[in-house]
Amino acid sequence: MFSNSYIFKYAGIMVILVAAILSAAALLLQPAQQRNVKVEKIQDILKSANIESTTANAEKVYDEHIVREIVINQEGEEIGVYEDGQFTKGDIRAFEIDLRGQLKIKQQAIQGKTNLKPVFPLFVAVVGTDTLYIIPLEGTGLWGPVWGNMALKSDLKTIEGVTFDHKGETPGLGAEISLPVFEDQFPGKQILSDEGEFTSILVVKGGVANSNIDPAHGVDAISGGTITSDGVSNMIQNNLSNYITYIKNRRK
Amino acid sequence: MKVDKVREPLFSARNRKLLTAPLNKDNPITIQVLGICSALAVTAKLEPAFVMAVSVVAVVAASNLIVSLLRNTIPPRIRIIVELVIIASLVILVDQILKAYVYDVSKQLSVFVGLIITNCIVMGRLEAFAMQNKPWPSLLDGIGNGVGYGIILIVVAFFRELFGSGTLYGVTIIPASFYEAGYANNGFMILPPMALIIVGIIIWVQRAKNPDLVDKS
Repeated sequence: MFSNSYIFKYAGIMVILVAAILSAAALLLQPAQQRNVKVEKIQDILKSANIESTTANAEKVYDEHIVREIVINQEGEEIGVYEDGQFTKGDIRAFEIDLRGQLKIKQQAIQGKTNLKPVFPLFVAVVGTDTLYIIPLEGTGLWGPVWGNMALKSDLKTIEGVTFDHKGETPGLGAEISLPVFEDQFPGKQILSDEGEFTSILVVKGGVANSNIDPAHGVDAISGGTITSDGVSNMIQNNLSNYITYIKNRRK
Repeated sequence: MKVDKVREPLFSARNRKLLTAPLNKDNPITIQVLGICSALAVTAKLEPAFVMAVSVVAVVAASNLIVSLLRNTIPPRIRIIVELVIIASLVILVDQILKAYVYDVSKQLSVFVGLIITNCIVMGRLEAFAMQNKPWPSLLDGIGNGVGYGIILIVVAFFRELFGSGTLYGVTIIPASFYEAGYANNGFMILPPMALIIVGIIIWVQRAKNPDLVDKS
């Protein structure tokens, strides 16, 4: 039989050995994992502007098309501009901003819990002769986070394209937000009214055609995915509202 | 004095049986009814089912081999803890490798890779086989059971993806003319209960073909 001291030694050595193996594996694989996360973010941004890319060439395509990364504050001022691989203003890169964290700061600032000022990322892409403005979106669905990107045409009003993704919405119901059947409703919709006021894009339960919402500012919700649809609607409203001052200034 | 020991060939009839029995008459899912929960979760599409199958084969085979190598040193009083530590470390390794090299799939599998740790098949094989047998048969037993589990996963995923999404491995199979003629994908196939029903049908077919599997009573 095994003595108690043998058991303790056995357990101790086993734990140390396993910890060493796992830490080594984590360190070795970390660069590849971080690159995957970065490439995914790049591909999402590019996809909203209808720019094709593969995991292999994503970084190259990004450098070709995304000509400027802008960081704005709530007053609609540019506080960071990054172009051609260098900063021309400020020292924050839009790509490195944690938007979810910034939205939390915004929430806390409203409640007076923090003195920090949130900043928001904006990407400027050139596709052919068109200039597109890409706004990242972060929100909450039914089971967890949902996020996406919205590309606006150079009038800063008409949608060129959107992408949505989610952590774990219900397959076949809420998860449909990341499928073309939902995303393809967005191109051509307007986030501002004809008078230039912010209307956002509403995701309408029961369908836009059966509501009194202007079809230019609404899309159909997903049947059986009401809470996810509402989450997307709120996400668009909440994120776009941060850019309205900036957009209005630019449109003047 | 020399003792002539007859070495068992690597693929003796007994060893071959270790590999093949779990594929049919000793299948972990349909006969032992183990590992059902993950079978429900990852079989909506073929690709995650395939990656999950490969991951489980790797984990069962490697943990069977390691436990079998260590079987005479493992103190019986803490053997479950030791087994769990070995399984958990292997699963974390698999998870990290998936995240590094097949990121898309690892996102789809999400928590279910982690749940291989609690997959009863792995623990069951360690307790029932690897603790008493030599490394080589243990490795074969692990591969056999992993593949036996994987086959069912892939069969279930085949039907769920074909009828639920009209695709196989992401490639559209059902022609557009079918949809125009009024065919629709069956959304029910994508939901977890359908996996149980398909597993049930597989069990039924299997027992119909092998009457000796049916309980006498």
